[in-house]
Amino acid sequence: MCTVRGLVKTYPAARGRRGAPATPAVRASDGIDLDVSRGEVFGLLGPNGAGKSTLVRQLTGLLRPDQGQVRVLGHDLVRHPERASRLLGYLGQDSTALDELTVALAAETTARLRGLDVRAARAERDAVIEELGLGGLAGRPLKKLSGGQRRLACVAAALVGERPLLVLDEPTTGMDPVARRAVWAAVDRRRAERGVTVLLVTHNVIEAETVLDRVAVLDRGRVIACDTPAGLKAMVADEVRVELVWRAEAPLHIPGVAALRDAAHASGRRWTLRLPPDAARAAIATVTGGPAFAALDDFTLATPSLEDVYVALGGRTESVEGLVKT
Amino acid sequence: MSVVPAQAMPGMPKAGAPVEEAGGAVPRPADAAPAPLVAPAPLAASARLLPALAAVYRAQLSRARVARIPLLFVATFQSIGIMVLMRGVVDEGGSAARSVVAGSSVLVVAFVALNLLAQYFGQLRASGGLDHYATLPVPPAAVVLGAAAAYASFTVPGTAVTAVVGSALFQLPMGHLWVLAAVIPLSGAALAGLGAALGLLAPRQELATLLGQLGMSAALLLGVLPADRMPEVVSYARDLLPSTYGVEALARSFDGQPDWLAVCADLGVCAGVAVVSLAAATWAYRRAAVR
Repeated sequence: MCTVRGLVKTYPAARGRRGAPATPAVRASDGIDLDVSRGEVFGLLGPNGAGKSTLVRQLTGLLRPDQGQVRVLGHDLVRHPERASRLLGYLGQDSTALDELTVALAAETTARLRGLDVRAARAERDAVIEELGLGGLAGRPLKKLSGGQRRLACVAAALVGERPLLVLDEPTTGMDPVARRAVWAAVDRRRAERGVTVLLVTHNVIEAETVLDRVAVLDRGRVIACDTPAGLKAMVADEVRVELVWRAEAPLHIPGVAALRDAAHASGRRWTLRLPPDAARAAIATVTGGPAFAALDDFTLATPSLEDVYVALGGRTESVEGLVKT
Repeated sequence: MSVVPAQAMPGMPKAGAPVEEAGGAVPRPADAAPAPLVAPAPLAASARLLPALAAVYRAQLSRARVARIPLLFVATFQSIGIMVLMRGVVDEGGSAARSVVAGSSVLVVAFVALNLLAQYFGQLRASGGLDHYATLPVPPAAVVLGAAAAYASFTVPGTAVTAVVGSALFQLPMGHLWVLAAVIPLSGAALAGLGAALGLLAPRQELATLLGQLGMSAALLLGVLPADRMPEVVSYARDLLPSTYGVEALARSFDGQPDWLAVCADLGVCAGVAVVSLAAATWAYRRAAVR
């Protein structure tokens, strides 16, 4: 489906200018091999600067690799980068091109530019807006939406027009749980109905565990591990760190919250809990759904033990923070 | 323990050899085939030039409601302000008055099509927004022409208002103002192409903004000030600027008996420059989209 062999990309060294120090050449892809099968949800995980976006840009024909081979559905995308746009749908990190359009027009225009005629484009637009629950926002410009809503609108634009491969660069950044769920349901539906393959970049380990079939962990342009989430998890101690920040006093009158109190290390409004993943997910469900959510200011889920795997695999410890974002 | 390659085992299908299916009709999924060479999947259709152009144009035009209307007011008031200022030093009805009104009107086009479009493409390129278009099967010309056409369209109301107000202010005949119907699209296309090319070629976003501003300043100084009072060197620069020919065409139309041949010649130059600058912008887009 999607095969990558010996991919190398080096960004040249930049000369120092006034105010900007010189940077040495960076090998952003350093001999990457990947095999993604049809119908798979395949994740690229890694800290900031690990080379995830560089890899994705080479897979989508936006960046020409120095060496190596990229084949998608039997097409050589190094030799024919222009074919990428006819094989895959891409969601980049930036929304500037769509920012001033309304949600509906962003989806419709993108569908038109994917080669659909007016009628088909409008039908796809309506379907995807319905599917992602964007109906109430359809007439508003992306610029006026919150970060998560804007991201969701960009996902809508990426999903219109059938493509056998979807390449999504951090699709759920900033989204609330409802929006996240809508995105994963939409992705799942395309996979079940049409065998769509999804390649996705993520920072979020928890999300990676729940939605991905396989994960490649990248560091400094190399794949340092590639396995199912369970396989990777087996390398890690199975505790999850949950941090809850309450707006004021913790709502101890709610039984679910009171039950967590004993396990928590409280420091002012902040509670820290170390729980098995299932219990952590249950705890998050308790505090983000129902009456406790009103009292909740913020929460963080992190698997500190993945850092250990990371170190064991030779990853950089100082930048591991980037791997474990909420 | 011995490892025997599959090909060496009797009865095993060779890699790449057709595999018998029990049902016959159901193809094996591509990933299950042992051979790495699978038949290339069919490519989805590309967007054709005109529908894609129309879609980009419509999308860009809709941006006006959100982002461009305040700027359009600025452009119009700037031009009207310049004319009011010049009213103090230029007599009404004369050739100088014609250049001032024509130059101020075309200045609106320069402000929007050159300056704002250069900024827009500069910003799009710097932020990575071009990736959106670059990963869609759309002809580069459709993106550039659609955006340029939309920006040229934004200028219509401002240019028309400026020309009418100027004609009233300087007592010029309005009978031939319909020439604007040719002046705006042609000088708009020429300046928008230039603006898009500047925005896409500038190595940094700030530079794109700067170039756009400089282009507009040039259009202001060289277009509004009467040509016969300029030093020789400056008048050469004036001849190089595409907006000059739009200004000339409009200025000629204020005559009682306009020299239509000269008007057509000026518009022809505009059209020629438009073709060249839009081609350059398309080339610049291709270059910027795949790095």
